[in-house]
Formats: sequence, C-alpha cells, structure tokens
Amino acid sequence: MTDNDISKDLQQQVAQALSSRTALNIQAGNSKQFYGRAASGDVLDVSTHRGVINYEPTELVITARAGTPLKELEQLLADNNQMFGFEPPAFGDSATIGGTVACNFSGPRRAFAGSARDFVLGSTIINGKAEQLHFGGEVMKNVAGYDVSRLMCGALGTLGVLLEVSIKVLPRPETELTLVQELDTNASLAKVHELARQSLPVSATCFDGHRLHIRLSGAEAGVAAARKLLGGDTLPANDNFWHKLKEQQLEFFKSGGDLWRLSLASNGPNLGLNGKTLYEWNGAQRWLIGDDRADVIRDRAARHGGHATCFRSQHDTEQVFHPLDGGLLAIHRQLKRAFDPEAIFNPGRMYAEI
Amino acid sequence: MKLHKQDIIKALQGILPENAVLFEAEDLHPYECDGLSAYRRLPMVVALPDSVEQVQQILGFCYQNDIAVVARGAGTGLSGGALPDEQGVLLSLAKFNQVLEVDSEARQARVQPGVRNLAISQAVNKHGLYYAPDPSSQIACTIGGNVAENSGGVHCLKYGLTVHNIQQLKIVTIEGELLTIGGSGLDSAGYDLLALMTGSEGMLGVIVEVTVKLLPIPERAQVMLAAFDDVVKAGAAVGNIIAAGIIPAGLEMMDKLAIRAAEDFVHAGYPVDAQAILLCELDGSNSEVSEHILKVRAILQNSGATEVRTAKTDEERLTFWKGRKAAFPAVGRISPDYYCMDGTIPRKRLPEVLKNIADLSEEYGLAVANVFHAGDGNLHPLILYDANKPGELERTEEFGGKILELCVAVGGTITGEHGVGIEKINQMCVQFESAELIQFHAVKNAFDVKGLLNPGKAVPTLHRCAEFGAMHVHHGELRFPDLERF
Ligand SMILES: Cc1cc2nc3c(=O)[nH]c(=O)nc-3n(C[C@H](O)[C@H](O)[C@H](O)COP(=O)(O)OP(=O)(O)OC[C@H]3O[C@@H](n4cnc5c(N)ncnc54)[C@H](O)[C@@H]3O)c2cc1C
Repeated sequence: MTDNDISKDLQQQVAQALSSRTALNIQAGNSKQFYGRAASGDVLDVSTHRGVINYEPTELVITARAGTPLKELEQLLADNNQMFGFEPPAFGDSATIGGTVACNFSGPRRAFAGSARDFVLGSTIINGKAEQLHFGGEVMKNVAGYDVSRLMCGALGTLGVLLEVSIKVLPRPETELTLVQELDTNASLAKVHELARQSLPVSATCFDGHRLHIRLSGAEAGVAAARKLLGGDTLPANDNFWHKLKEQQLEFFKSGGDLWRLSLASNGPNLGLNGKTLYEWNGAQRWLIGDDRADVIRDRAARHGGHATCFRSQHDTEQVFHPLDGGLLAIHRQLKRAFDPEAIFNPGRMYAEI
Repeated sequence: MKLHKQDIIKALQGILPENAVLFEAEDLHPYECDGLSAYRRLPMVVALPDSVEQVQQILGFCYQNDIAVVARGAGTGLSGGALPDEQGVLLSLAKFNQVLEVDSEARQARVQPGVRNLAISQAVNKHGLYYAPDPSSQIACTIGGNVAENSGGVHCLKYGLTVHNIQQLKIVTIEGELLTIGGSGLDSAGYDLLALMTGSEGMLGVIVEVTVKLLPIPERAQVMLAAFDDVVKAGAAVGNIIAAGIIPAGLEMMDKLAIRAAEDFVHAGYPVDAQAILLCELDGSNSEVSEHILKVRAILQNSGATEVRTAKTDEERLTFWKGRKAAFPAVGRISPDYYCMDGTIPRKRLPEVLKNIADLSEEYGLAVANVFHAGDGNLHPLILYDANKPGELERTEEFGGKILELCVAVGGTITGEHGVGIEKINQMCVQFESAELIQFHAVKNAFDVKGLLNPGKAVPTLHRCAEFGAMHVHHGELRFPDLERF
C-alpha cells in the first residue's frame, strides 16, 4: 500500500487559497462528482495523501489518510477477517475513505449496524484558517470536546479538508446467506417489521418491487436457525446481490430519470409518488425513479418527518438536498463560518448558502 | 443594564406558576451540586418549567438580559456539568417526565428529556423492546442528561453509546427558538447536528424532546464470570475474545479491591481471592448464544482464567451484574469518599496503565479500586479518600489529573462517558492544542454567541490553559517519560 503524507503541502495550498480568497474544490478519487451541487473552485487534490497510519485488529480500529483507496482498505480488513460495518458503497474504483466519510455513504448493513458517521471515532482536518486540527481519537468512547469528527461526516467537505480518519471496524460474520421470497410491497414491509422485532441475525433487507431479499449474518448456528424459521429460497453465494445493490448496478437503477433517495421512518407510508420504488433498510431508505416534481417529492417526505435527496440527475439541479428551514439554516451558516470563515471549501456544493 | 435578582424572579414568575420558581436558600440547596459533590454552589434561582413554550420564554428572557442558564436533568452527572451558576438560572427539566409516543413497529419512542433512562425500557417492555444504553445510574439519570453527556453503559460495546441510539431531538436555542434536529428516518438533511448536540454538555441548547431507537429484547442473554490471578492476563483475555471475532454485549472487568467491595455489599458470589474478574455477556438468538458461549469459555480458559462460571438462570445472571452495577456505591461503603475517574485508553495499553496507576496510588498514599468497561477500554479508577482530612481532596484531584494525563499519553482520552464539565477542564488543555480549543469555542459561538449556556464548562479558555500550564509543567519535563508518545 502506498504510504505518502502530503498534509504539509495541502495545508500550504489551503493557506494560499485563504490569502488569495480562492475557492477550493476538494477532490480525491472523484468517484462522487455526481453527488451534490456542482463543484467550483481550484481543485485541491487529496488523492495522493495515502496510507494506513495505524491498524490493530484487536483494537477494532483503523486510521488512514483520507486519500487511501477504499478498495485497498477493505482488502486489508478482509485479510484480517474484518470489515467496515457500514458497508460503504464506492461508486467507482477510485473511491477513497475520505470521500466516503465526507458523503457519509453507507450501504445495506446501515440499518442494522450503523452508518459511516456511527463508526467514525476521530479525524484530523485542515480548517478554513489553514490549521491542522485533531478531534476524537482511536478509542471507542470519547466525550472530550464537541464531536467534530462526526460533524464532518456528510458535510461534503464544506467544513474542512479531511486528512485522516479513524474508523471502528467489525469482525466479519462467520457466515452469511440471503433468502428471497416473492411478495408484494405491503407484505414485504410487514415482514421486515415483524423480523425487526425479534432477535434475528438479519443484516440487510431489500424489496425491489417483486421480491424481498433478507440477508442473515453471524454465527453458523444462529444463521441456520433463522434460515429455517424464515424459509424462502437461498441465493447462490456468488450472486453478489448486495454488492450490486449498494453500487446501484441492479436493473432497478438502470432506467432513466432522476434517482431520488428518500429517508423516513421505516414504517412511513407509501408516499403515493409516481414511478418505481426500491426499499432498503427495512423501509427507512427508499430509492425512487419517477417524474414527480421535486417540491412534490420533498413535501411528501417531509410530511412524514423525512427528507428527500436528488441523488443522481441528468441535469444540473439547483437544490440537491432537502432545503433547511430558517432556524436550522442559520445554525448551518454559523457553523460554516466557525470552520471556514472565508468560505473557501467546496462553496455551494451542499447548499447555495454554505 | 444587568437585572437584579428580584427582577429576574419576578419575570420568571410571570412565565411559570409560583411554585415553579425557587429562590430561598433552603429550596436551592438540593441543586447545589451534581454527582460530583466536591464542587458546590447555589444558583441564583431555579426554574421548573413543564412546557416547551415555558422553556422558550425563559431562554428568550435570559438571552435578552444576559443571564446564564444551566440545564439540569437528574443531577447524577459526575463531572460537575450541572453545577449551577451563582448569577444564573438553573433550569430543571425534572417535570418533563412523560413518554409521549411509542411506535413499536418503527421501534422508536418519543420522550420528554426528564424521563429516566430505565423508565424508557420499562415503558416499552410490553412490546418486547428496550432502549440499549444502560448507564449504571439508569434508575435515576434522565435521557436529556444522557444525550448531553453521550452516556454509555455496560452494553455499549455491542449496541453503541447514546449517539448511536437516538434519531431526533427537539432543542430550544438560547434565543428561545425551537429546532428539530434529525428526523423520523435514519438520517437528516444538512450537517449532522444530532451528533454535535450529543455530548455537548448543555452548552449548545436545551433538549426538550428525544426520539430514541429501540431494540428487540434478545431471545437470550447469558453472562460468564471468569476469575484471574493476574490483571494482565484478564486484559489479554479481552483482546483474545475480540480477536476471535466475537463482540460481546458487555465485557467488564473489576480488580481485587472492587471485587471485594462489591462482594461485601451485594453478595454476588464473586471470587474474592481473584486479582481480577471479567464479566462477559453474550446475547442474541438462542443458537447463536450457545455457539458463542462455548467459544468464549475456551478463550477464557486458554487466557489463563482460574475459574469460569456461566450463570445458569436469569436470576444468577442478574446477580453477576448486580455486583458490577453496584460497584460505585460498594466502594462508597469502604471509604468515606471516593473519586471516580473516566479515562479511555487503547485496550492493549491496559497493563502498563494499571501499573502506572498502582505506582501513583503508592506515591499519593491513596488506594484505588478499578472498574472498567474493558471491552472498549474505558477505565473507572475509583480513588478512595477522606474529604475530612485536610488536603486529601486536593491530593486526590491531583492524582486523578495524573491518571487522565496518563490516558492521553498512551493515545486515549480524558473522558469516555462522564464528560468534561468543570472537573476535567484543566485536562482539556492537555488533550487539545490551542487551535483546537479555539475551534470548539467557535462551534459554541455558532449556537450561543453570548456564552450564556452553562458558562465555564466543557471547554477551557486559553487563558485558563496558560495558567494551568504554567503551574503544571515543571522545567519543560514530560510526564510519564517512560511511555511511548502519540
Ligand atoms: C452511581 C453512578 C453511576 C454512573 N454510571 C454511569 C455509566 O455507567 N455511564 C455513564 O455514561 N454515566 C454514568 N454516570 C454519570 C451520569 O449518570 C450520566 O452522565 C447521566 O447521563 C447524567 O444524567 P442526569 O439526568 O443526571 O444529568 P445531569 O447531571 O443533571 O446533567 C448532566 C449534564 O447534562 C446537561 N443537561 C441535562 N439535561 C439537559 C437537557 N435537557 N438539555 C441540555 N442539557 C442538559 C447538564 O447541564 C449537565 O451538563 C453515573 C453516575 C452515578 C452517580
């Protein structure tokens, strides 16, 4: 694995941008360019800031430079019979751990194990004053100071440049298998909710409009018992269903139209929107491909306490993320100013206002 | 112009019913400290609102008039977080004690901030659900306090801390504005303010509602107790269990003094001759637990346990836990006073940290009982002292401070779950650089530009650090020079 520390260099580039008030477009693998509002500014290339700084399997934590390819880290963990518990989607071979954390991208296991932000323990960042700062750490429990590391997750680089992240890792399950049943939407959702109230080793669920997929992970005996209880056909081990799901390579994702991500209570109602829907996370994450207007989609999600993201679009979208209401937007503005007073990091990538 | 006490009382009485504003010394005394009783002071006035609107009005009024506000749940905090401000309002959330809504299908409960931690699990038990984070203080502490401290419990190794188990908050800002943070789903738009609020020690806003995630009660939970004749072996056993790919629901360790104190107190049947015991709880489906028990038993034996017991009944399981959960009060019985520390370290550094603590204990002539959340490296050394002996509290605090600095030196942190409060404010200067502290203050400013919420807590001023550093570092010498630095 390449070991290359360019943090001083990056810090200098930020300092320069700061003095000339030039916006920076933070980039690493560039695999997530499609996500968020259009980027602008000079490219700050983090991709060569690479390498594992500390990995001790029995401590269940890995610390790596932000530009380290996700693929390499996943391989290293697999070699030690471990994994990232949030099963990150990569959306391309060049994906890095920094980009993954900045987007807070989490895969099928999210509803059962947690999201990227849940596993982040610490980070080193460059803030908008070109200072290197370190928050959190490598230990599982740490409440000294505000949780800045988790605040960075999903902030799309608008609060700082991630240099290093420390992430809690998990042992790989001893065994894993996927059961498939033909069911309709209501029966599928009823089923996953019924299962979620029992102690079963379920690690992912997906309803694609025709079939319910349930993944079981864990100790041999536990998985075997759950399989017997649940019934249904077992997918061949090489099917790769969950990989294709998280990388959006299933048939569902191949049709045209904007792809919306809806996040709401797992038992939130059918939102009655046009198009087709794929349900993950027991119903808490829904992918929608349809032709309703953005405000209609957003309104329906918000009415049930959720939010809607225009995840992929054919055209440049002015509003990608769910608009924030007044009080929250004010806090966002103030936080942006707290970390990046001159607004040099990824301006407008998340919201026009920050 | 600053308002006088009388005007403030009058204004609060205009917002709240008469008996919900306390200002006579005798009524203020119950609020003079939290669980860290070494620090005490009386608030100017205590306000006991019972509606969100009242909280909004109180905060709005305090904002207008530059009055400090300290929120308080049950006052079980161990770092002085709820220590009142003499010139300010102590805002008690005690009357917000209702479970507002349980959605058993979505496995969520919406509760008021003053609901006790255990009361949530009790309220949802009939649905076969529970709220996972279980601080030892769970019969008393409130969910609002838990969020403010990001509290953990013996089960957080597998199920996470408070931050992993909540999904929405309603907070009132110091300006009196009500904000909803998070949402009905697993994430929300914008910055992760839910994470930022969690563990923010009442510095950023007042929590007036919490939506928690609930989990199904495991089909089976089984606890094993292993005795060791050497704490180092017990520490290694913890690493060996994790290395085998098993994440127990709880993995706790107690040393000899703690074992004896607990045994004398609750008669849990602990092996009092052991140098250390491990309690390892496995939960999940019946078959999974059966499989893991066999594995863990073998690991414990191979790691040199002198004895391994498995609780045969649920009753026995609870007895095993009872000693651990009562460890603090148990130590309280064998010493006039005790001081509870809360550092976290990388697990593998446990042997050397224990040795250093033992050396310090000798140096200071103060005994230490050690209780750990061993699975995640969170130490609770309890320093035994007598506050009535002149100078002993000061020595204890100095000793405690050294333990925390030791945790930082081995790559850990000064607080795993009890928070900084007023207690560890000096050690924050050891853990963080000036620029980092300045960044924390900037975060605080984003929410509370006047610095009215819980002033003087959680994040030290640079001035304070300069003073602390000046009296602290002798001739530029590093503490614990024998330890590898991070
Ligand atoms: C015997 C004993 C055992 C303990 N065991 C554990 C343990 O295992 N794990 C653990 O993590 N902790 C433990 N604690 C510490 C303590 O119980 C926790 O920190 C708890 O979360 C505090 O809750 P509380 O309601 O008592 O809060 P308080 O002590 O009243 O307040 C704590 C902090 O939260 C703030 N706060 C309270 N309510 C609000 C609100 N609604 N909005 C904003 N801020 C608020 C206060 O200002 C203060 O800063 C223990 C304490 C004792 C005495």
